[in-house]
Amino acid sequence: MEVKTAGFKEVSPKETVKVSGAEAVIKCLLAEGVEIMYGYPGGAIMPVYDEIYKYKDKILHVLTRHEQGATHAAQGYARVTGKVGVAIATSGPGATNLITGIADAHIDSTPVVCITGQVGSHLLGSDAFQEIDIVGLSTPITKWNYQITKASEIPEVLARAFYIARSGRPGPVLIDITKDAQFESLDFSYKECTGIRSYKPVPEVNLLQVERAAEAINNAKKPMIVFGQGVILGGAEKLLKEVIEHAGIPAAWTILGLSALETNHPLNVGMVGMHGNYAPNILTNECDVLIAIGMRFDDRVTGNLKTYAKQATVIHFEIDPAEVNKNVHADIPVLGDVKETLKLLLEFLQPKKHEKWFSRFQELYNIEYEKIIKNALTSKGGEVGMAEVINEINTCSEGNAIIVSDVGQHQMVACRYAKFNSTRSNVTSGGLGTMGFALPAAIGAKMGSPNREVVAVIGDGGFQMTLQELGTIFQMKVPVKIVILNNSFLGMVRQWQQMFFEKRYASTEMVNPDFITIAQGYHIQTKKVTERAQLQGAVKEMLESKEAYFLEVVVEKEECVFPMITTGASVSEIRLE
Amino acid sequence: MEKQNYTVSVYTENNLGLLSRIAAIFLKRHINIESITASQSEVHEVMRFIIIVQVTEDQVKKIVGQIEKQIEVIKAFYHTDEELIYQETALYKVRSSDFVEDFDIQSFIKKTNARIVTVSPKFFVIEKTGERHETESLYEKLKPYGLMQFVRSGTIAVSKNEMPISEILEKFNTSNTIQ
Repeated sequence: MEVKTAGFKEVSPKETVKVSGAEAVIKCLLAEGVEIMYGYPGGAIMPVYDEIYKYKDKILHVLTRHEQGATHAAQGYARVTGKVGVAIATSGPGATNLITGIADAHIDSTPVVCITGQVGSHLLGSDAFQEIDIVGLSTPITKWNYQITKASEIPEVLARAFYIARSGRPGPVLIDITKDAQFESLDFSYKECTGIRSYKPVPEVNLLQVERAAEAINNAKKPMIVFGQGVILGGAEKLLKEVIEHAGIPAAWTILGLSALETNHPLNVGMVGMHGNYAPNILTNECDVLIAIGMRFDDRVTGNLKTYAKQATVIHFEIDPAEVNKNVHADIPVLGDVKETLKLLLEFLQPKKHEKWFSRFQELYNIEYEKIIKNALTSKGGEVGMAEVINEINTCSEGNAIIVSDVGQHQMVACRYAKFNSTRSNVTSGGLGTMGFALPAAIGAKMGSPNREVVAVIGDGGFQMTLQELGTIFQMKVPVKIVILNNSFLGMVRQWQQMFFEKRYASTEMVNPDFITIAQGYHIQTKKVTERAQLQGAVKEMLESKEAYFLEVVVEKEECVFPMITTGASVSEIRLE
Repeated sequence: MEKQNYTVSVYTENNLGLLSRIAAIFLKRHINIESITASQSEVHEVMRFIIIVQVTEDQVKKIVGQIEKQIEVIKAFYHTDEELIYQETALYKVRSSDFVEDFDIQSFIKKTNARIVTVSPKFFVIEKTGERHETESLYEKLKPYGLMQFVRSGTIAVSKNEMPISEILEKFNTSNTIQ
């Protein structure tokens, strides 16, 4: 007796046709509603590319300049659309080049399906040309992976792949397909996966826990919400806002939660964590009830765990049971999809206003404003500061742009100062901190959201990690706006060297090429700003451009990002200087 | 929190690569696996891993959470020694000549509750099943006679309490239309 381990649903119209494995791959992608995939061809994936050629009217393949770019583009696409991003590569080095993007998608819960070619099954284990054990390599960084050696497996395995990537807490899935399985023919019919018996994507909601949470919130004098990307992934932005407004709770966000609540919402109290805002960090250790929603208490958020919110009753709304009590003990864990649990919570919440408590946030904001924000945003003579550039983008885009940031100082500045009116507008590499993420991710973001302005904000270091993707932007005419904040330093590392290594700037100073010449080589419109007076006009011109635009801004060389919670310090020990 | 022996029982689909997926969870946390066995379980086509680790309860809880997260893992449990019936099997290969000369083999076997698996002119193979201290004590007894080979299996264990795997699978089958 064959054991059925998963459920499947017929996709209409039901059809069974004889096709090659390679064609089956494309038919599966089409059945899953895939419109765009990012990839790079090579020997072991050529049969699939031959079908990509034949199906080019139905599915768009974007040739990136490196497989890492393909995964990041797929991530950017997934992050702005909520759909599954698809990346495709050949065996061996093609597959290993995907690794960074897969790891990034894994830690940031991004739904991505990666398809890799593999040497013929008769060659497996023979150290054949471009053979690599990509299933073995990607195991710790995928939600699921699988090697297909028979064409007949393709429809069911790909159906599972998409189901797993997007359901529950999303994540990357890698499917490796041997070349012979791509050539082999099969009777193809596609059934969508509806469930896998060993996999429970969403835990059942325990109503009692919701009631306990509501009771704690109703009795709270000093409640505070910290929300993360779970709110966006669960499509619960509206519910979050209702909870916040109904119960009058100040709400702070992690960098991946950013944009789930509009920046100018009166109860939006800013970012928590290492370079977050002063008030929410300090008050994490003063609140009486800490309500964590769809976030995972990353060490960059919590600082020293021994002194993190010890006074508070911690309520944790979470879809992944393994995250509960992982870093911070939850007094009241509420498992489930936040879209469901927040809705239930609302029924039990009493309307409240915590004016006195909220005024604490304002007091501390005022301190941060005087000490840091004012200086960062206003001209003080000298070189342009990073925050001024972000602020100019805010002003000119009226907060409607998608901002894709890379990793480092400019990322922290972008997250701190960017203004967003709508969700899924902030795309950044949070958990992995992948330099080189932004340029390719911005390609995916723009293609996924063609009607919105997409601005990639990148440091001079990170830009040089994936700058070859300018080629993709040029070839595909992707109208992304690229802002390079050039301080000729690996700024974040330099800041640490300044603060903790007595200014021994080991390998952080960069002798950079002329970025403008490089961008012009790709026939992209360019402008270089070296003085404050040029900034506004340049940003305006960039945003008005209908095509891709490359703006380099030379910024202050040795700026430090503050506030800062230094390593090992408590959130309440956040430094203003 | 004190480190102690925990037995992690994992019920899984029979899937290629799952062993390395589970092992990677321990590796990532720099935890040594003391012993691991994989076999068929009481449920048709469901595998069961028995993994022994020396960790704190906090660690084992988190590990079980991470293991359960894996797509093909149906359920994972952890138990202390007191909550289990567990056994290991050891094989001892001894040179017949060394062994027979000094030894009252019959009373030895009787006393140790061991079993002779094979007798040949050249060697004996003795098998002993029991807890670790029992197989170790036999090891010490036989060592002076020159052990040609020694091997011990991983621990296998069943829990005193129920592990409701069939119910979990049944629940899935009724809630999902399997075509």
